[in-house]
Amino acid sequence: MKDKRILVKGVEAIAFGALEGGCNCYFGYPITPQNEIPELMSVELPKRGGVFLQAESETSAINMVLGASAVGARVMTSSSSPGISLMSEGFSYLIALELPCVIVNVMRGGPGLGGIEASQGDYFQAVKAPGHGDGKFLVFAPYSCDEAYELTAKAFELADKYRNPVMILSDAILGQMKEPLTLKPLKIKRIKKDDWILNGAKDRPARVIKSLFLDSAELAERNRKLKKKYQMMEKEIRYEKIFEGNEDIIVVSFGSMARLCKEAVLNLREKGYPVGFFRPITLYPFPRFTLFKLAEASQRKKRFMVFELNCGQMVEDVASSICGRGDTYSVFYPPSILPFPEDIEKEIKKCLKYSNSPKV
Amino acid sequence: MPEVFKLPKSLKKNIFHYCPGCHHSIVHRLLCEVIDELNLRDRAVGLASIGCACFLYFYIDVDIVEAPHGRSCSVATGMKRARPELVVFTYQGDGDFAAIGLGDSLHAASRGESITALMINNTVYGMTGGQLSPTTVLQQKTTTTPLGRDPKREGFPLKMAEVLSNFEGVAFCARTAVNTPKRVIETKKLLKKAFLAQLENRGFSYLEILSTCPVNWKMDALSATKHVDKLIEIFPLGVFKDTFGGNSEI
Repeated sequence: MKDKRILVKGVEAIAFGALEGGCNCYFGYPITPQNEIPELMSVELPKRGGVFLQAESETSAINMVLGASAVGARVMTSSSSPGISLMSEGFSYLIALELPCVIVNVMRGGPGLGGIEASQGDYFQAVKAPGHGDGKFLVFAPYSCDEAYELTAKAFELADKYRNPVMILSDAILGQMKEPLTLKPLKIKRIKKDDWILNGAKDRPARVIKSLFLDSAELAERNRKLKKKYQMMEKEIRYEKIFEGNEDIIVVSFGSMARLCKEAVLNLREKGYPVGFFRPITLYPFPRFTLFKLAEASQRKKRFMVFELNCGQMVEDVASSICGRGDTYSVFYPPSILPFPEDIEKEIKKCLKYSNSPKV
Repeated sequence: MPEVFKLPKSLKKNIFHYCPGCHHSIVHRLLCEVIDELNLRDRAVGLASIGCACFLYFYIDVDIVEAPHGRSCSVATGMKRARPELVVFTYQGDGDFAAIGLGDSLHAASRGESITALMINNTVYGMTGGQLSPTTVLQQKTTTTPLGRDPKREGFPLKMAEVLSNFEGVAFCARTAVNTPKRVIETKKLLKKAFLAQLENRGFSYLEILSTCPVNWKMDALSATKHVDKLIEIFPLGVFKDTFGGNSEI
């Protein structure tokens, strides 16, 4: 059978991806620009015997997610920046309790109420400190509807595999832009959870899922265990690169911004400019080692231009990844001010011309 | 010789960590007796909330998850919606249920979630050292109302059983105490009914149990137990809503 092709918004692609990934419970609270996700789930989940419930706040929504996850559901929530801040206590608990779930953040401008246009301002929040304590989760940043569909579906498998939340970090451009999506069946694994979920202590000892460890040695051990898990997640690192080895400049960008940058880079390469492209798809764990290798690929010192729709966040991870083997430049656009690919080309040409442009 | 008294099967043989004169242990025991008598152990899931009773799992031998502070009714909602065959109960203090978790509690009640919520009301934040709680009574001294609760400053005590009785989603709602043997027996009956409401899918069931906090009330065990009678003048005992109607005998 031919795969079905439909015209959808990015947020709808995410919802279809969730259904393909086996999502059977959704809890959320309305916030622009992601309302199509709960709207679609409220129609589709009941049809499939699943659960949809609109909570009274993001705080309640994430805790309903916690409950459903503890009893073995494939569960998700979605929100946008301010709502994600409200959920962050819940993220910390989910990580600590080792409960899998999928969280979608369709980023909008901040800080505060900000705006409803595109932003990548929640990068640090997602990859550095999703909640209090030392917790981390896998963060995927799709840049097309097809990728949003595939990564969201895969996120459910990986959440179960690591018994940890997984975040899909999207933004208002990808979320609200329409493009064709191929609804192809994906091979998403079902992972057995019978050995840890709470489903009543029938013919087995009672189980406790907890995050309180008053004994400091026990708590330290717990943290070491979680840290090992975060290291294991490095197996899931994904990225896209356009690079042959002798480029002077490497443009680094993620999500919607990477799509604009890629077009600019491809145009320049066609004209013979020595410009490469690197797009982290997993933002946590960050593809540090690959970036380091890129910086070391030839004797010539390279320049890493990091384009972001915020005031410069991922640039810090790029700089620390290359350990001084190249120069790092931050090109940032505060939320809502979108550049055209030509503007990006101009920035790159400027950097090629002046080796003394400001560095990070 | 016939056995006339034994520990409930669902009660673990651990020594309670609660202070002398605290009523948590009485309620724990009653809860275990009800779990045993209704044969719920193999499908019960409990929510341990933040407060002195967050160590619920040291004593009660059923599946238990720790909920973030105030969120038990939301966590329970997620569980019950995902697996309606489970019997889900929360065990919360007055701070957890009626202060930080008020929104979660009221909305779960309003939706008529088929869960059983227990609120242990001792009028203070016990674990953190006796601060003002929403149920602190007027003139009561706490570590954050050193001159006593002044309604002009801290407002009035929140009466949750009365509030919830007005909710259409609530199937059963009562307040009780365990400071006399008679009330202990009565509490067990009400507790059983709160679970039956869930088993019959009637909606949200709520039982508020007046309890002591001798240390933070600065009383000995006996005076604290007697002091609960004073609380009853402000928080009257009784069944505030009961959808069982005529079949209320257990």
